[in-house]
Amino acid sequence: MCLALPAKIIAIDETTDMATVALGEVKKEVSIALVEDVKINDFVLIHVGYALNKISPEEAERTLQLFAEAGLTE
Amino acid sequence: MIKYVDEFRRHDLAQLLSSAIKKESDPQRQYNLMEFCGGHTHAIFRYGVQDLMPENVKFVHGPGCPVCVLPIGRIDNAIQLTQNNNVILCTYGDLMRVPASGRKSLLKVKAEGADVRMVYSTQDALKIARENPNKEVVFFAIGFETTTPPTAVAIKQAKKEGLKNFSVFCNHVLTPAAIQNILESPEVREMSSVVIDGFFGPSHVSSIIGSQPYEFFAEEFQKPVVIAGFEPLDVMQSALMLIRQINDGRHEVENEYTRVVSREGNQKAQALVAEVMELRRNFEWRGLGMVPYSALQIKQSYAEFDAEKRFAVPQIHASDIKGCECPRILRGVKKPTDCKLFGTVCTPENPMGSCMVSSEGACAAYWSYGRFRQMKSKPVEITPIEKKGTAECQ
Ligand code: SF4
Repeated sequence: MCLALPAKIIAIDETTDMATVALGEVKKEVSIALVEDVKINDFVLIHVGYALNKISPEEAERTLQLFAEAGLTE
Repeated sequence: MIKYVDEFRRHDLAQLLSSAIKKESDPQRQYNLMEFCGGHTHAIFRYGVQDLMPENVKFVHGPGCPVCVLPIGRIDNAIQLTQNNNVILCTYGDLMRVPASGRKSLLKVKAEGADVRMVYSTQDALKIARENPNKEVVFFAIGFETTTPPTAVAIKQAKKEGLKNFSVFCNHVLTPAAIQNILESPEVREMSSVVIDGFFGPSHVSSIIGSQPYEFFAEEFQKPVVIAGFEPLDVMQSALMLIRQINDGRHEVENEYTRVVSREGNQKAQALVAEVMELRRNFEWRGLGMVPYSALQIKQSYAEFDAEKRFAVPQIHASDIKGCECPRILRGVKKPTDCKLFGTVCTPENPMGSCMVSSEGACAAYWSYGRFRQMKSKPVEITPIEKKGTAECQ
């Protein structure tokens, strides 16, 4: 029920507030009524046919870095 | 490879995190960490995260599965709505098999001829309304803050389009109210039969509401909260962050899921919800009973889209299925394996209670991924103390 998946925006239709996203190989139409300033190639979190939020590539990188560092603590 | 998914499931990093947790946790103490959200419960079981933790770090499963906490009376209401020949009831798939009173479910009434349609999105429900102008299309809406904004968008859109045959049976509930209710419950507060040392904050709920709403009870109840992503490495990193806070005696709101969650959350979505919905004075939760200001209702200015008003939906108080321990499981007081019906009478194919229906329910997660391991290993040492009048079932 609370499943949400990261997907990449590949087309935007501003008149209807809809976008086409790619989830791996699968393409889907989703509403972008809940997010602001999305652009092609942005990654968004998809839930029940809506983009909920943008995913920050910088923050994702930082979190992955934290995982790697966890093993190095003394 | 799926970006932002596969990297957060890497086995080598899981081993690193696992050894860090072993190193940093104090063997002399117990760490009981409650994951509020069913999405975390699901991830913990699916990826065997508990097996990567030392003996003294335990996950306690909370009530954050919207299907599981919906009281039976509300499903009875929805079934009643379908008995009106003019109604098409649209809902998310998870609700179809939830047992209602009299061994009914939406799936069963559909098989008997009621017009119940499973939709993936509120946009689908709007489409059905446009295509069936002579029918009343009711969207049976459930979910936490994550799922509420799409309902609000649909209501606004229906108003804009002048769709006269669309309405929403609103059952949206609020996360902070439920967490507070658990912390205030006598089982947790006074009798300390359930010791919760820290919380995993929900991922997707927080993407909407932000991390700020948790600050109040981290302070008030002096419990650490770490907002955690739903992938297994997110859960492990967050466990490590909680362990560090507990070791230091801190009780702060920290955010592990920074790639999506900010302190303020999604303000556009919040504004949309605030325009269409308002707090309900009281709402019944399965397992928690009546919780004040824990749910939303449709505002007077959008009353024409409120199915409760349009169809004069009555308040039904139905009792839970006999023998089903969902209410106690949802409070973290019992485990699925404590239920006599678990795995015998009650399975995902033939669920007796809501916790076995949704894949985010604790019973379904135990059955699908953890059943045998849980039976072999030592169970969590939580002894329930029954208090008369708190549980509304049995
Ligand atoms: S196993 Fe079934 S009957 Fe028992 S608590 Fe879980 S859902 Fe209820």
